[in-house]
Parts: sequence; C-alpha cells; structure tokens
Amino acid sequence: MPDCPVPLNDEARILLAHGGGGTLMHRLIESVFLPRFNNPHLAEGHDGAVLDVGSRKIAFTTDSYVVKPLFFPGGDIGTLAIHGTINDLAMCGARPLWLSAGFILEEGLPRETLERVARSMSAACRAAGVELVTGDTKVVDRGKADGLFVNTSGIGLVESPSLISPRAVRPGDAILLNGDVGRHGMAVMSAREGLSFESPIESDTAPLAAPVLDLLAAGVEVHCLRDATRGGLAGVLVEIAQAAKRSLLIEEAAIPVTEAVRGACEILGLEALYVANEGRFAAFVPEKDAEKALAILRRHASCADSRLIGRVLDDERGLVTLKSPIGVGRLLDMLSGEQLPRIC
Amino acid sequence: MAGEGLARTARVSFGGVVKEVCLAYVPEARAGQYAIVHVGFAISVVDEDEAAKIFEYLRTMDELKDLGPVPP
Amino acid sequence: MKYLDEYRDAKGARSLAVEIRRTVTRPWTLMEVCGGQTHAIVKFGLDALLPDLVRLVHGPGCPVCVTPLELIDRALAIAARPGTIFCSFGDMLRVPGSRDDLFRVKARGGDVRVVYSPLDALDVARKNPGWETVFFAVGFETTAPANALAVHRAAAEGITNFSVLVSHVTVPPAVEAIMTAPGNQVQGFLAAGHVCAIMGTEEYAPLAAKHRVPIVVTGFEPLDILEGVRLCVRQLEEGRFEVENPYARAVRPEGNTEARRMLREVFEVVDRNWRGIGPIPRSGLGLAPAYAAFDAEKKFEVGDIRVSEPAECLSGLVLRGQLKPVDCPAFGKACTPERPLGATMVSGEGACAAYWRYRRDGAAHA
Repeated sequence: MPDCPVPLNDEARILLAHGGGGTLMHRLIESVFLPRFNNPHLAEGHDGAVLDVGSRKIAFTTDSYVVKPLFFPGGDIGTLAIHGTINDLAMCGARPLWLSAGFILEEGLPRETLERVARSMSAACRAAGVELVTGDTKVVDRGKADGLFVNTSGIGLVESPSLISPRAVRPGDAILLNGDVGRHGMAVMSAREGLSFESPIESDTAPLAAPVLDLLAAGVEVHCLRDATRGGLAGVLVEIAQAAKRSLLIEEAAIPVTEAVRGACEILGLEALYVANEGRFAAFVPEKDAEKALAILRRHASCADSRLIGRVLDDERGLVTLKSPIGVGRLLDMLSGEQLPRIC
Repeated sequence: MAGEGLARTARVSFGGVVKEVCLAYVPEARAGQYAIVHVGFAISVVDEDEAAKIFEYLRTMDELKDLGPVPP
Repeated sequence: MKYLDEYRDAKGARSLAVEIRRTVTRPWTLMEVCGGQTHAIVKFGLDALLPDLVRLVHGPGCPVCVTPLELIDRALAIAARPGTIFCSFGDMLRVPGSRDDLFRVKARGGDVRVVYSPLDALDVARKNPGWETVFFAVGFETTAPANALAVHRAAAEGITNFSVLVSHVTVPPAVEAIMTAPGNQVQGFLAAGHVCAIMGTEEYAPLAAKHRVPIVVTGFEPLDILEGVRLCVRQLEEGRFEVENPYARAVRPEGNTEARRMLREVFEVVDRNWRGIGPIPRSGLGLAPAYAAFDAEKKFEVGDIRVSEPAECLSGLVLRGQLKPVDCPAFGKACTPERPLGATMVSGEGACAAYWRYRRDGAAHA
C-alpha cells in the first residue's frame, strides 16, 4: 500500500518527497537555503516571520499552491491559497489584512477555470475580511504548469502580546486541536484516485484567524500555534516537540477522525495523523486556560469539535508519545518523504 | 453488482469509502454481506455466526469474573 | 467499521491478555508468519500486554522482504527501459536494489506507477497500446489469485503488451524450513489468516504432526491475534499440536476453491530463493507454460545483473525469527527507513519497519 517513499541519501535531483513537509524537505531547506539567507527570522523556522515596524509588529508569510486536481470536494486551489495564507498569519497571532497572489498559468488553460478560481478567491477574501492588494500573472508553455500554480504572500498585524513560538511552550501546557483530522488529504485523494464515497469527504479548508484572535482578545495566554498541513497533525507535533525540546503525551482516543476518513486511510494504507489538513491547528496554552480556550474555540464553526488531546511533559527529549486506547504508547516520528504528493 | 462469473464486480463500502471490487472468487456473495478484500478482490465472505464467537467467549469470561474467584 | 473496530476493543484485548497470563506456566516461543500481523502486534502494543513467558518472534511474512536482490535489480532494469510502464504495489517503490530503487528510477524519468490492484495494471496496458506494461507480481498465496486473474484476463482478451514479473512465495514450505533450521526455537505458529482464506487449513496438518507444533489460524486485529496466542499457548500447555481455526469468520478448511482453481490454471509450483534464508524447494509460484508469453523475465533481456548486499544487513536473521529488529546493531543507526540497508526496514510488511514506526519510549520492545 502506498506509504512514505524513501529515496537513497544525498540526492543529486529533487524528488517529489522533498515537497512532503517531512524530514527530507527540512533537510533541503537547511542545506540549500538557510546557509545562504542567514538571519534570525528565517532561523526561527516558523510559518511566518514576525517583524518589528516601529512600535508595531507585523507578520509576513508566503506560500505556493500546486494542488492536483485544481477542484476537489470542499474547495479548490483558490480557497486553499486564501485560507492557507490567512492561517499562516493567524498562527503568528496576527490579524491577516493584505494578500498578494501571483499566478503561473499554463498555455491552454480554459479561461472559465481561471474565472472559477478567481471567484473562489474573491469569496474567500470577503468572508475573511482580507484584501488582495497586488498580484502578478505569467503564462508558460503547455505542459509546464499543470493548469495553474498560485503563489501568495500575506501581511498581518500581530495582536498577540507575547511571542507565539515553540520556545514559549511550557511543561504542563494543554494541547488543543480544533476538530477531526485527515479530511483535506483524503478529499484530494478521492478526487485524484477516483475513490467514491457514500457521502463525499470534503476538504476542511477554512480561515482560522477569527478563532485565534478571539482567544487572544479573551486574554488566553497562547504559547504556540501551528496548522497541520503537509505532514499532518503528527508532523506538526513532532516539529514543535523538537523545536521546543519538550516531550508531548497525546491521547489517541481524543483525536477525532471521521469514519469515512478512517475507511479511506485503511484502504490506501495511510495514517490519518499524517494526512494533510487545511483547517486544523494545534494550540498550546497553559493548563489553567484550557477549558476557557475550548469554550471560545467551539463558538466557531471551524472549531466546533475542539478537543484537549494531550499535554506537554516536563522532559527535554522532545519526543512525542501517542497513547493508544489499549494503553500502550508509541513514539511519533515525522515522515521522511511524501505520503501524498501535490496535496496543497 | 455487475457482470457475471469471473468478471463479476460490486461496489463495496469500506466504512463509507466506496470502491469497485472484483467478485470472481466469491460467487456466493450477495449484496449486504461483508467481505475480506485484498488488492481489489473479495477473497472471503464474512461468516457472521463465526464472527460473533469471540465476543460470546469474552462475555462468558466477563460473567465468570462477576461470579467471583475460582475456588481452589 | 463493522467487522474491524470490534476486534480492536481495548477491554476485550486486556481480558484475553489476562486469560493468557492465567494459562501460561512455562516459557513458550511463538512465531507469526505475516507482515500484517507483525505490524498489528507492534502497532497496538500487543507484545507489551503479553506475559514475559510468552515470546513472539516474527517470521518471513513479508513477500517484498524475501524477494531476492537479483529480482529487484531485474525489476529496476525493466522499469528503466524506454517504452515501458512499470506498475507495482506502493511499498515496492522504496525497496533498495543493489544500487537503486523504483522511486529514483521514476525521478530519472522512468514511467513507474503505483497501482492498488493488478487489474489496474492490466487497464494501463489496455490504455497504452504502444507501450509495454509490466506488473511486479509480488506476494503470498493471498495475492496470487488476483495476479492470476489479471494474466488470465489478458490472455482471454488477446492483450500482448502486458506481462508480469513474478515473485510469489508460499507459506507451508517456509514453515518447514524454519522448523528444520538448526537453532530453531519456535514451538508454536500463528498461521496467516488471509493466506489460509485462499488455501484453506488442510496443508498445515502434516506440518503440525511432523514437527509436533500447534498451528493456529489467526486474523489481523488485536482480538484475533490475542485469541490466536491464547489458543496456541493452551495447546502447548496441554501438550497438543493441532491445527486450530479461530478465524473461521473468514477461513474455511477448504479455503477458496475458485481462487485455488485459478492458481492451478495460471501458475505452477517452482523452487524459489528467499532473500535472507536461501533456496527453499517448491516454495513459490511461477507462470505455467501456457502463460509464458506473459512472463516479464522471459520477455525482457536486461543483461547481466550483478548484485551486492550491504554487509551489515542482518535481515536474514530477522526473517528467520532469530534476531529481533531492535537487537540488530544497525537498527536506528546505520539503518533507518530513510537509509534502509535491507527490505525489512522499508517494506510495508517488514518487521524492522514495524519496530521502527511503532517504537516505544526507552527500549520497551520485549
């Protein structure tokens, strides 16, 4: 059954696995980009950079979208692009304000396709209260862009009083998750592989700024946030544990997964914990704020099924243990390659 | 279900995911039954009576426990 | 999901574990011969639930892992050929050959495709008449009928641009080889449930009698595995050595007669070389002469294959149940899923891969 592909070491060529959000991608970034662009912001390794502008802080992020197919149940490349950028800013504790979008179009792309994508993006911007303020369009020869690629960047105003980062994570912190996992990856796979469902799995793509800003406005001390895109929930938990140098204990039974996603994962031999999401994030808050935070999150449709899924341990090994209902714990790893290529 | 004999196929639901499965090796299969599926082929129809046996056993063990410890 | 979730019930699992603990009075070594069972045991931590007196070892239950290096290299050479579409199940993609793997062949421009079913590969052949489609037919008796049907159908439809590279192995000869190997410590077997769903249970009776070893047909979910262990231990404690079938919801004594008929039609029993174990006579399936036109080994001349096994890889001992993955000096150090020394660390059914993926804090695996 398809699983994480593992190439041999020291690649002379880029492999699909390098785009997976796992260890191969991290290594690529560490070896090619970090040494050449050495600065504290990049080294932070967060989804967005938090920059000082006079007395304010802004968050700045960029993303590219290469999802195949362009349209899938629950969304399309356009909605992904807008929500994804908004979410990266939200994960910095910022209010997303302005976005850019650069399009790389393949010669021969039907105009109606582009119009559909533009309509989606426009609706997503309006719903989330952000503006697309600048953009670019390029066309490349037929066969060089698989229809359409989008690159975005986003700027937001930081509203968090303290730095939101793995470094702020403390022993005893509660780990919250805003809903069921695995839907986006499976929605895309279903469209790609021609799997059909009794009731179709829809991508969970959603803007997450509003719930995050509500947490901050209510005075919840948010230590860390990260959205669980490529690499899945397991990927972000491992990343944070390693960056924070703190071990985490996660209760498998507390992580919601819909029956349809479980069935699809069973068939494809995948684990839902590693499947990409586009509307799910993990929040690390002090234990005393957990109940309050859950109540605030649950008021938002995108976070209706928020749960407490684990806690931060007082040990510095940076391991993530997943405790199963049978009672045995196993260590979670980042995947090295790509479970599902071109998922976002 | 569609087709006949070696070409017989069916749409099978795996917890809500529907896939086309080849029924060549389970000519006795009927809609509504459960099957063991391997690489797109049904290889065995689940015998529901047999399937219940282990749960009957577990239930008996549970009841015995409630009756108190086994005398020496 | 029905007929799946109930067999993962935590309370039931603990009850069975308690019952095993109550029954066992002496140390016993049991072997399971199915990668799917190995993974379930490690994933659900069933080995941690069992009393120390019951030791579970893993056998050569991974058809990918026992495929000879030479055949993997041959597959890679065929996949790299221009004009060829090479199809295989997903977990073959990562298995290292002497110098390469399918994923890298794909990165260099080879047309390598992952399929879910051999019928998908046949479909690729139909849709690409100008290309040669080759399917890597790896597996035990569970997968062989599916591959047989694909070949049978290709023949019936007169499709000439389809062929299979066969690496089928069968379980009973492996059980025989393990029981007769010097230093064997296995006292009871958990037979692979889905292999038996196809082949039935009859061929295990002579093995149980000859080697005086209980053989219990076992499924794949936690309750199935624990029940298999419970019955096997009970037999050992009572001095019995019979074939028992608690997986009767899927396995009948005669197996699947339609599937077995197709196997006899398309395949014949051949000798096979098991990587890590060596040649085992009459332990595999190859295409019958009537279907020779579909044999990729005959169809494609790929020249001399020079193989080289990494010296540190001890997967042979792992496959024979004589070494636990965690006890291999290379485990987690020189050998990880990212830099696998052997197939057992990279195949979806490999024991080393299972131990790595589901490893516990500390060296918790018994």
